[in-house]
Amino acid sequence: MAADQQLDEADAKEVETLLPQLVAHLHEHRTELRQEWASRINDAHLLTAMTPQEVFSEVTSVYDNYVEVLETGSVEELRHYARDLSERIIPRGVETHEVIGVVLLLRDVLARSLFEKYRDDFDLLNRVLNAYEPAANRIATTVAGSFVEERERVIRQQEDSLRELSTPVLQVRERLLILPIIGVLDKERAHQLTEQLLGGIRTHRARVVVIDITGVPDVDEAVADHLVKTVDASRLMGAGVIITGLSSEIAQTLVTIGVDLDKMNTVGDLQGGIEEAERLLGYKVVRTDDAQR
Amino acid sequence: MLNAEQPSPQEPLRVSILTQGSYLIASVHTALDDGQLRRFRDDLLELIGRNRSRGVIIDVGALDLIDSFAWHTLRTIAQVARLRGAETVVVGIRPDIAFTMVRLGAMLDSMMTALDLEGGLAWLANAADTAIPLPGLPGLR
Repeated sequence: MAADQQLDEADAKEVETLLPQLVAHLHEHRTELRQEWASRINDAHLLTAMTPQEVFSEVTSVYDNYVEVLETGSVEELRHYARDLSERIIPRGVETHEVIGVVLLLRDVLARSLFEKYRDDFDLLNRVLNAYEPAANRIATTVAGSFVEERERVIRQQEDSLRELSTPVLQVRERLLILPIIGVLDKERAHQLTEQLLGGIRTHRARVVVIDITGVPDVDEAVADHLVKTVDASRLMGAGVIITGLSSEIAQTLVTIGVDLDKMNTVGDLQGGIEEAERLLGYKVVRTDDAQR
Repeated sequence: MLNAEQPSPQEPLRVSILTQGSYLIASVHTALDDGQLRRFRDDLLELIGRNRSRGVIIDVGALDLIDSFAWHTLRTIAQVARLRGAETVVVGIRPDIAFTMVRLGAMLDSMMTALDLEGGLAWLANAADTAIPLPGLPGLR
């Protein structure tokens, strides 16, 4: 145990002495290593969404950050930079595999340069690599991790804004609400729809609700069932529901799950649905010139 | 005003039943256990006969939960009331409760529901007129 610890300490000391050597080497060959890396990126057809100039300038920043991490041992700065970089390149369609590929290429380029430098002293090379590998791995994980985190953040943000937009409850006449639904109706959105609809019935004192699902491509059986339950729950609150714009796929799903068709009030399109609702509520819409005649 | 129950001084009033013309308006104030539900049912059905009521409104707006037995009781009231010549409307079911009830399999069949007392009265006023039942559209005949 004590011997192990001594060995560890010796290792740590060696890393301390070898890393500065390594850093000095990387500083010295900054220009050609950067160049080498950029051309390898180009050869591998990575980062095709960016111009060569852009690639080169990012390569320079990443390289300098990389050397700094080896020098200071702190990845904070790099993480910050990587997140910032991700924010810039994600909207341009850079993929995760490209970012990982690019970082691994740098690792490869630097390792080759170290082989080159220490090839006469195999033992020293081994020890240098011992010092270099863990640091390089940490860097690769940091950059790839930051990229993925940023991507997830963007996706979450988009989900949030979609959710906000997704289920408007609109009053078009007194006692008449419409809910136009556009896009995929998944389980979570269906729940939100129910909540908004039942709350809307209460606040607007609605008697009839028209749910238009023209813009919904298809639903699975669980969501179809949920939709039917929402219609029932609306009825318990004293409001009738008219569903319009049922695609043949959704209609088939409803038949498959065995919906009691007597309970469902469906009309072909939104216009027909609103007309039906107006009729039920006792509204009569007349064109002004017809009324005058 | 008639009370469905004869509350002892310690016991708070759980249900009140008012007569309004030919209608009975029952408000449930707190959750009822099964025995209380049965008594409520019997009292209400008794009153329908005595008052020759044409309509019954049951307001459940104060309830946090309507379990299957409570719902079954309400349905029984509606069915028996119809046989005795009165239509029943349940009003005031809250949004969250409505969906829970449906998930638990509440049957809607013969029940009429409305948003609140006003909606219930409006439906009863219409119920006497041309009655062509419209699927899924309570209160709109």
